[in-house]
Amino acid sequence: MAVPEHDPLTGYKTTGHEWDGITELTTPIPSWWVTVFLASCFVAVLYMWLFPSFATTGGYYRGSLGWSSRGDLVDDVAAGRAAQATWRSALVATPIEAIEANEDLRRFATTGGRAAFGQNCAPCHGVGAGGQIGQFPALVDDDWLWGGTIADIYQTIRFGIRSGHEEARDSAMPAFGELISAQEIDAVARFVLALSDPTTLASRQQMPGAPIYATNCAACHGAAGEGGRDFGAPRLNDAIWLYGGTLEDVRKQIVVPRMGMMPAFTTRLDDETIRMLSVYVHTLGGGER
Amino acid sequence: MTAVALAAQRPVHRRQAIPDYNEEIVRRFTVATVVWALFGFSAGVVVAAQLAFPNLNVGEFFTFGRLRPVHTSGVILAFGGNALMATSLYVVQRTCQVGLWGGARLANFLFWGYQAFLVIAFAGYVMGVTQSREYAEPEWYADIWLTIVWVTYLAIFVGTIARRREPHIYVANWFFLAFIITVAVLHIVNNLAMPVSIAGSKSYSQFSGVQDALIQWWYGHNMVGFFLTAGFIGIMYYFVPKQAERPIYSYRLSIVHFWALIFLYIWAGPHHLHYTSLPDWAQTLGMAFSIMLWMPSWGGMINGIMTLSGAWGKLRTDPILRFLVVAVAFYGMATFEGPMMALKSVNSLSHYTDWTVGHVHSGALGWVAFMTFGALYYMVPRLWKRPLWSVRLVEWHFWIASIAIVLYITAMWVAGIAQGLMWRAYDTFGFLQYTFADSVAMLHPYYVIRLVGGMLYLAGGALMAFNFYMTVRQPAGARARSVQPVAAE
Repeated sequence: MAVPEHDPLTGYKTTGHEWDGITELTTPIPSWWVTVFLASCFVAVLYMWLFPSFATTGGYYRGSLGWSSRGDLVDDVAAGRAAQATWRSALVATPIEAIEANEDLRRFATTGGRAAFGQNCAPCHGVGAGGQIGQFPALVDDDWLWGGTIADIYQTIRFGIRSGHEEARDSAMPAFGELISAQEIDAVARFVLALSDPTTLASRQQMPGAPIYATNCAACHGAAGEGGRDFGAPRLNDAIWLYGGTLEDVRKQIVVPRMGMMPAFTTRLDDETIRMLSVYVHTLGGGER
Repeated sequence: MTAVALAAQRPVHRRQAIPDYNEEIVRRFTVATVVWALFGFSAGVVVAAQLAFPNLNVGEFFTFGRLRPVHTSGVILAFGGNALMATSLYVVQRTCQVGLWGGARLANFLFWGYQAFLVIAFAGYVMGVTQSREYAEPEWYADIWLTIVWVTYLAIFVGTIARRREPHIYVANWFFLAFIITVAVLHIVNNLAMPVSIAGSKSYSQFSGVQDALIQWWYGHNMVGFFLTAGFIGIMYYFVPKQAERPIYSYRLSIVHFWALIFLYIWAGPHHLHYTSLPDWAQTLGMAFSIMLWMPSWGGMINGIMTLSGAWGKLRTDPILRFLVVAVAFYGMATFEGPMMALKSVNSLSHYTDWTVGHVHSGALGWVAFMTFGALYYMVPRLWKRPLWSVRLVEWHFWIASIAIVLYITAMWVAGIAQGLMWRAYDTFGFLQYTFADSVAMLHPYYVIRLVGGMLYLAGGALMAFNFYMTVRQPAGARARSVQPVAAE
């Protein structure tokens, strides 16, 4: 055991303990450290007095302020609702077609619609509603599967597409792989591609796929491929391809069709929000009157 | 070892090395520390790259979700754990003046048993075997194995202290002991689970719902508090006075901050669950204890930094001491930031953002790893009895790693605070100003900066590994070729 010795650099003595050459000084604890430690303990106890802070046998201590996080949330939501109350009631009271005519209401609806779109719709349709190629339709163009008036859009958002909701938009394209031969599928796929190719305008009716198309496809997609909105049947005579526009893509789609699904948002969002979304989507660029 | 004992400038009453010191086991843990450091840092670079460029998520095994625990466990349990075992076994023998209890065979079991645990755990992660408990992802079979290994560690450590030839237990050993005991308790309680079948990897936790969350964060917070704090304070208490060749600043402070830290840390876990379904009273309690924890944490910082009193000049010339002292400075910064982020009002901004990630890394990169680097640079020449190959390379390592930390932390601060502000921004109508996707798109440049920081940090680690390789390769009895001799006292 070493004896306490004087450390000339600090002026303090060592404790007299020594381990592998390490000694310790008897420097007192800095008074600022003690002060701040006690102050932080005081603040901690103050917090515990003001707020709910410990369990008791019958429940918990509620704090002298009576604060609760649940109460905080309820107050915040109520304040937010109250601030928007005028707009929200006007939104529900106005017929959906008339909302855009009211400049102020339109601005409120598109602002709220943009926020709601980002949280609910963007995962599939993309931020900015550009869609995802080969996956989900763009909403910024005038190519509508189920209709592009605001009433159509409102209907689609509320009940969804093939969502299982009883009022959902619903249809099914048969899997033609089981109905017609591979040769016929190839022929009709070539014809479908020709529909959007203006250079084939004169010759396409002579293609071997033409009669197959007329028999199997025209009922929904239209004789000239103009699409059928009653069935959500896409236009085939434009350059927009939901699931891809190569021969292979079209053939696949005929053999075993992919069909889009969209949830019924009436089970998730309130009517005001769905109206805001309808106005927002309708005013993105392709909305129909 | 004689050289080490002679390093002290004061007259020392017991200079002879004790012949039964087990240095072989310390060398093994040292090598493992360096290897796992490169492994853990590399995994960090990969996951950082995947966050910045999501296309790098390839296949099933090479995705962020699988690799993220490989990084966190790789750094905490593998790099940090081996560093703690290397240093604690080095320190406990020297400060107790006695060899390890249990002999070489038990020590070797500890070494291979722990490495086996790590390999089992990592293999599980990439195959999707996980409990989904942060820092406690390994499933039940790995947990049981780790329990056996950890109890061995405790037995060796306590047995060695019990046989000590010193009248008192040195403060470093208090901290090591607190770390080993508490981690054992945390590990066992948080991993209480029932396997679905003895032949399957899946198990279900003993706890459910919010109790489960609280147990997990009692564990998670105290892994930070005892594994990454108490254990590394133990390292500090030996290597800082050794490298500075100065006595510990204040014995009294070491007693007070030890007991305050041990008592207060264990209560603060609920601050990880602010604004969740955890009852309000438990959240306030966790926050109150976090506030009180500030000064006990700083007690360690004061004792570390002020030990340099009278030796400040050494910081200019000694990069190893600089690693140790900058580590303590980062410890002070992180332990101020921590209680601040535990305040509910601050937490409402910082929670779930990259600020938290930045905070963790200022502790991990700045405190834990810098302390380890300093200790390794101190130990390697003494363990292999060769002078460090290049002190200049240590300088390079220090500055590259320091720049890396600055890039990493500032990028995460900016990213995290921007995230928090974007999530709570409302427009004049009261609608959310930004979508979640907007806040993700905003992160990209900061994620790239973070990636650059991580790569620099890895490069620094590689320099250290190279330096050690060249050091060990030197013939025995080599003389220091650098300006400043480190081991050749």
